[in-house]
Amino acid sequence: MEYEKIPAEQFRFVQENEKLHDIALQTKSRGFFADAMLRFRKNKSSVIAAWILLILILYSIVAPMLSPYNVRDKDDLYINYPPYVRSIAEMKLGFLDGATVMNGQGEASMDYWRGIAEETGFDPVLKIVGTHESQVMNRGKLVTRYTFDIEVNSFWSLGMVMRALSYKEFQNIQDWQNETGIQVIYPYVESSAINGLTDRPNIWYKCDSKGNAVLDKDGNFVPVYCNDPSKAGAEYNSLRIPGDDGSYVYGYGKSGAVQCRLFYYNYYIYKTGHEPMYIMGTNSVGQDIFCGIGVGARFSLLFALLVSAINLTIGAIYGAIEGYYGGWVDMTLERVSDILSGVPFVVVTTLFQLHLAQKVGVVGSFLFAFVLTGWIGMAALTRRQFYRFKGQEFILAARTLGASDKRLMFKHIFPNGIGSIITSCALVIPGVISSETSMTYLGIVNLQDFAGTTIGTLLSQGNSAVTTAPHAALYPSIFLGLLMISFNLFGNGLRDAFNPTTRGIDD
Amino acid sequence: MLKYTLQRILYMIFVFFVITFMCFVLVRMLPPPRLPPEDPHTEILELRREALGYNEPYLVQFWLFVKNLFTKFDWGLSEKLYFGRGVWEVFVEKLPATMVVNLYSILWTIPVGIALGIWAALKKNTWVDYTISTLTMVVISVPSFVYAFVIQYLLCFKLRLFPFVMKPGTDWLSWEMFKSIVPPILSLSFGVIAGFTRTTRAELTEVLTSEFMLLARTKGLTKTQATVRHALRNCFVVIVPGIFGEFIGILGGSLIIEKIFAIPGVGALTLNAINGRDYNIFMLSTCFYTAIGLAAGLVVDISYGFIDPRIRMGSKK
Repeated sequence: MEYEKIPAEQFRFVQENEKLHDIALQTKSRGFFADAMLRFRKNKSSVIAAWILLILILYSIVAPMLSPYNVRDKDDLYINYPPYVRSIAEMKLGFLDGATVMNGQGEASMDYWRGIAEETGFDPVLKIVGTHESQVMNRGKLVTRYTFDIEVNSFWSLGMVMRALSYKEFQNIQDWQNETGIQVIYPYVESSAINGLTDRPNIWYKCDSKGNAVLDKDGNFVPVYCNDPSKAGAEYNSLRIPGDDGSYVYGYGKSGAVQCRLFYYNYYIYKTGHEPMYIMGTNSVGQDIFCGIGVGARFSLLFALLVSAINLTIGAIYGAIEGYYGGWVDMTLERVSDILSGVPFVVVTTLFQLHLAQKVGVVGSFLFAFVLTGWIGMAALTRRQFYRFKGQEFILAARTLGASDKRLMFKHIFPNGIGSIITSCALVIPGVISSETSMTYLGIVNLQDFAGTTIGTLLSQGNSAVTTAPHAALYPSIFLGLLMISFNLFGNGLRDAFNPTTRGIDD
Repeated sequence: MLKYTLQRILYMIFVFFVITFMCFVLVRMLPPPRLPPEDPHTEILELRREALGYNEPYLVQFWLFVKNLFTKFDWGLSEKLYFGRGVWEVFVEKLPATMVVNLYSILWTIPVGIALGIWAALKKNTWVDYTISTLTMVVISVPSFVYAFVIQYLLCFKLRLFPFVMKPGTDWLSWEMFKSIVPPILSLSFGVIAGFTRTTRAELTEVLTSEFMLLARTKGLTKTQATVRHALRNCFVVIVPGIFGEFIGILGGSLIIEKIFAIPGVGALTLNAINGRDYNIFMLSTCFYTAIGLAAGLVVDISYGFIDPRIRMGSKK
């Protein structure tokens, strides 16, 4: 191309007959919040945390509805039992089958399990994990003894329980048996028939004084059910077990009541109307953990929201007054917050519980304890924001135009600091949940009457049985851990997104 | 600087007394525990209560309390848990257990925490940094009793490495004792490590991007030299006060960890006093925790001045 001799007609004016002014922005303008959201979405971990958080919140809403139990339902015998759902247990997948491992079960114990299986039709032994062989001297001869490590379905291995029923109750169960065809009452076994073993209602077969089964020559159990009709306490006209010639006694006479052997699993169905279904097992008071976590989390979240809202309001107003007026007002108010922040939280909680729990309730006094010191952080934050903005020109301009103090504080200064104030709220909530959990865990505050249970209570109940029922502490731990992690990640993400000083750095 | 320090100490004492007074009044407002009628101590305790002015106005009671404190260092007698024994005596008995556990814990956590923080800052925006930062975030969020549960289950129960609870006895420095307090030490440690890692990383990344670091490199220092001589020194301005604060916090311990691992320490005593309504022990614990909290804050503030010449000079003006 030739650039030196360009003919004149090739030239034209850049702007002829046009007004020279700034062109309006072609792109759509983006507001503060929209911008923050955009920046928040770039932070992958915070987005994931937000989703997890949403799931956890949904869990806390839905779980207590899905669970067949109320948080106040406490079973007397299904205590610290592992997760169990009948339909899944029958698939033999290795989970939700109520399995606990029992080590060193001798042959006598294996007979015991077999007894339950034969009588009820529910075989409690899920699988044999290990077999140990040992040589023992017995009456001068060397005998080989076996012991087994087995996995047992706790719900089935409980087997029979002895209960004294009123005549009416006895009849009710019979009616129910006739209606549903599920056998609850099993023939009675007198303790004299099983060598005086009174503590083992599951033995129905001939045995020696240690509970070892005495088998017949085919290796079968010999039933020793009570079949003396004179000992019956009430008439029985319902389901009978196979092999019963009609003479077995089901309700054993006892003064004013009927002593019965009840198969607890079926008795449970009779009592509650459904089979036991504990997705996360039960804890040390027989509560459903699945429901308990939901109820506890619901309380924690609502409580934390309430506390944060109150503290945010108090702190914002307090900090605004401190920061705006400065001088001796600031001095005095700072001294007050210094003193309040020096009191340890445990002490505050305890004193409030001791003084106020009777007057305003446990939750009320707990709330007061949080509010007494909780707002200080928020006040300090607001105060800093006010010091930052109050000397700037736009405030001077507004004041010159005659704006009142209140208007200056809440219309001109406060909105400028609101980003950092709001986002710190997202980090206050997990703090409140954490303190609340600690206090209920320690038992300083007991919210069981009010909320049913809390995560802290569940954890402390679980911790009392770490070895025998690890699930009881595991699920609340997982829930709390996830909740805290996702809340903190979410809060950090929000803070970074709303903080204008980091804009552009991470892009 | 001296004037500033004195001012701060006096102010701290003032705050301490105000808090003590408030708590004192609130505690004395509660009905005092009933004394067992047949116990020989009961009469003495009743006389003591009379002498301590239980029926007088609260200001008089507080005056007597403070007077006893300053003249005889008398914190009163335990009226329930350790019936008739001096509260201070009981308290001092409990102190070593708490201190041993916390001392071991911070002795190894602070170096590890700082080292991880430095590593993450030097490898900023690499997978090392991302891993450490994410883990820090996760670890800092999870409450200590969750760790306690995991440690008890895995290390104590499954692997049988350590006993479940702290060994009784007073041989604080023996190997057996150390072994029995490894689980509580570990449970306490995670949070502290994560805290130091986070502070160090944040501080060091900021220092590393500052202009004097560029100057240090341009004048010919190697990266290591520049980091050690310039960056680390500057970032320790923030970290060292934190370490001091942590050392004061040794005394405080953790209520939860002491409860879980049956450590016969101050935290457990406080908890028992709360549950057993032993108000004199509770009062002492309150003062103790308040004093520790205030002292930690004070030490942090003052050490800033000693470490950072900019702050020191600033206060002289």
